[in-house]
Amino acid sequence: MEIPYTVEERPDTGLFNAKLGIWLFLASEVMLFGGLFSAYIFLRFGAPVGAFHEWGLELNIPLATFNTLILISSSVTMIMSWASLKLNEFKKYKLYMGLTLLCALGFLIIKYIEYTSKFDHHIYPSTNTFYAIYFALTGLHGLHIIGGMIVLYYFWIPGSKMWNSKPEQFTNRIEIAGLYWHFVDLVWIFLFPILYLL
Amino acid sequence: MSSDHDIIDIQRHIKVYMTIFAALAVLTIITVAASYLDLSTGEAILLALTIASVKGSLVAGYFMHLISEKALITWILMLTAGFFFVLMFIPMASFIDQAQLG
Amino acid sequence: MMIMRWQLAYPETAVPLVGSIFGEDGMLLPEIYNSLGAMHGTIMIFLGIVPLAVGAFGNYFVPLQIGAPDMAFPKLNAASYWSYFVGGVVMMSSFFTAEGAARSGWTSYPPLADIEVGQTIWLIGMIFLITSSLLGSINIITTIIQLRAPGLTWMRMPFFVWAQFVTSFLLVLAFPPLEAAAVLQLMDRVVGTSFFLPSGLVVSGELLDVSGGGSPLLWQHLFWFLAHPEVYVLILPAMGIVAEVIANNTRKPLWGYNSLVFAAVFLGFMSFIVWAHHMFLTGMGTAMSAFFQTTTMIISIPSVIILSALFISLWGASIRFNTPMLFALAFLPMFGIGGLTGLPLGFAASDIYLHDTYYVIGHFHYVVAPGTIFGLFAGIYYWYPKITGRKMSELLGKLHFWPSLIFMNGIFMPMFIQGLAGVSRRLWDGGLEYAHASGVLHWNEFMSISAWLLGLAQLPFIFNVFYSLKRGEKVKNNPWDATTLEWSAPSPPLPHVNFEKIPEVHRVAYEYSLPGRKRDFTPQTEPKKG
Repeated sequence: MEIPYTVEERPDTGLFNAKLGIWLFLASEVMLFGGLFSAYIFLRFGAPVGAFHEWGLELNIPLATFNTLILISSSVTMIMSWASLKLNEFKKYKLYMGLTLLCALGFLIIKYIEYTSKFDHHIYPSTNTFYAIYFALTGLHGLHIIGGMIVLYYFWIPGSKMWNSKPEQFTNRIEIAGLYWHFVDLVWIFLFPILYLL
Repeated sequence: MSSDHDIIDIQRHIKVYMTIFAALAVLTIITVAASYLDLSTGEAILLALTIASVKGSLVAGYFMHLISEKALITWILMLTAGFFFVLMFIPMASFIDQAQLG
Repeated sequence: MMIMRWQLAYPETAVPLVGSIFGEDGMLLPEIYNSLGAMHGTIMIFLGIVPLAVGAFGNYFVPLQIGAPDMAFPKLNAASYWSYFVGGVVMMSSFFTAEGAARSGWTSYPPLADIEVGQTIWLIGMIFLITSSLLGSINIITTIIQLRAPGLTWMRMPFFVWAQFVTSFLLVLAFPPLEAAAVLQLMDRVVGTSFFLPSGLVVSGELLDVSGGGSPLLWQHLFWFLAHPEVYVLILPAMGIVAEVIANNTRKPLWGYNSLVFAAVFLGFMSFIVWAHHMFLTGMGTAMSAFFQTTTMIISIPSVIILSALFISLWGASIRFNTPMLFALAFLPMFGIGGLTGLPLGFAASDIYLHDTYYVIGHFHYVVAPGTIFGLFAGIYYWYPKITGRKMSELLGKLHFWPSLIFMNGIFMPMFIQGLAGVSRRLWDGGLEYAHASGVLHWNEFMSISAWLLGLAQLPFIFNVFYSLKRGEKVKNNPWDATTLEWSAPSPPLPHVNFEKIPEVHRVAYEYSLPGRKRDFTPQTEPKKG
């Protein structure tokens, strides 16, 4: 007996199982990053007036802006990879998924450059509470990018075989992975102004 | 596989995705530009968060298809948003409303 | 715990049998006492009750009670289990490290937890355990929403399933901030950040070399944001089990099913906005105190509704006093005591006196020990036949039940007396050095003896579990003449599919003693005529 509604949607909810599952997971992620944002607010209140803004001036805004655009682009290529599957264009899917991974890699490289430049200037998480929460937030976000890349890589190469045997389920999987990826982009959309511009 | 109707649907969606992409890019530039305005801290925070919320809504609404998603998902997210705001505001409120000694 | 009770009953004497492990004439060092205390709480909650009530009972019986062949995500289920396993190994391994296990309370408050030994492993263990709960609860919610059998509408679900549903929402939404906080505390310990370390902290006479600027209160907010919903995670599944057992053994429908459901959902929702009643003494202003006091008072209402509905369900019933029912019945007054004693803690004014005293320990142990644990025992005795195809021995069950009930009260009732006298919790010598404690310390010996006898009383149970595997009375699908769906599956259920055929549901959950029928129960799967 198969588990029902793995691919087809349950009539009264209109959802297949994994879609509900991923949204629940994303809800928990909202609360995870929420905990860190709450910490940011608390620590900012606890710091001397204007301290957070001043400490944040060391951050490289142009680089981070470029990084933001890279991540947004990866979101677009991600949705295009799903759309390609819906249009039955597997080769295009491969192209867009590859581009998504490339953008993600680019994001991480820039982050690496940012971090090492901080360390070179003797700015560490232990330097003050602003950098503590900066590294915590961007670090956790970065870990989420890495985790996402692993899953996307799996779907790009080894797991893409499923397109031949169960195309609809495979397409759903890409949609689910896309939801996760867009969420990671969403978190950055808030992280960027909060950490770099305020 | 996908019917012709589906294909036209997806192609329409692709146009939307590209428009959203452009909007997100523009809003990113606007966010950075706005940070150079001479605003008070409170105003700056409000402005930055507003622009970020608009961007976030575009990603959530169109890339994540929330705009056409089933009610159950939206309800779960609204519940989550409620508790998210509790987590943001209550610790802050307790910071502000501290016991007066002496 | 037994070892700690020896220390409390007979301080400054050597602990028998195991004393040599603790160094220095077999006497329990304060550090070891504190470790045992912190780990007792951690293990009971995160390695004991949550895995048993949610991981085991939830994952096993939710699919059965909703007529599903399996959980929605079997691989996620496995991931959740193995994450728990790794977390458990990590936690337990901390006892064998050179510096020893965590000793900053299960609450792990900074600044102490930031600098004290044993904490890093504890934090890593917690991250695995929290992940396990998150994955498991996503699975349970999806399963309940998506895999209900045809005809099983929301209001036809057994209350146990509702309880698991609300519990899982609490886990999904409340645990992550603690996971975030655990990461931050790890960073404080390993990377030298000062998330929770204030400026100017002096340790052992020396100024701590950190940037400072952090706040211990930040930890408390993030911790209790989870830990308050966590206590409802601890009680709801047990309430669910008790409801099932009571319905079955009163041979009548539960009174107030709709109220029970509404109360459980309302409780879940409220549980997110009461947490700072654990923080009344942190220097909060009157506005915040009033807010949390109010929400705390409000949240007592759904608990009372649930307890009352279960009590009223007994009225006019034909009660079968088998072992599961004995535990379920005992749950009611025991949880009642636990709940009532929570009221003075929920009022900020009285909490100022009672906070961090033995009164608190008495309160929460009444709720989780003769509360939840009794509920879980009821579940084990009730569902053992479904899992194994055999019944447990009634005689051994009663031998387990009666002493357990008596000694639970023997341990925890005097704690209220000690707490009201002002004896603080987490004191390694039980308050020996404090003059205000002297009048009530004699209770320690009484409580400790009760604890050891409670331990002995578990032996018939342990024996029963193993003995009945081979020698228990063999049963078929429905030995208790119950109505809910798990009883239409074979005992044990078929691997991977549970049921021979997915059931079709035609009725609400507790159609016992329907007028004009031959049998005093009507399963949910029986079609309505005409």
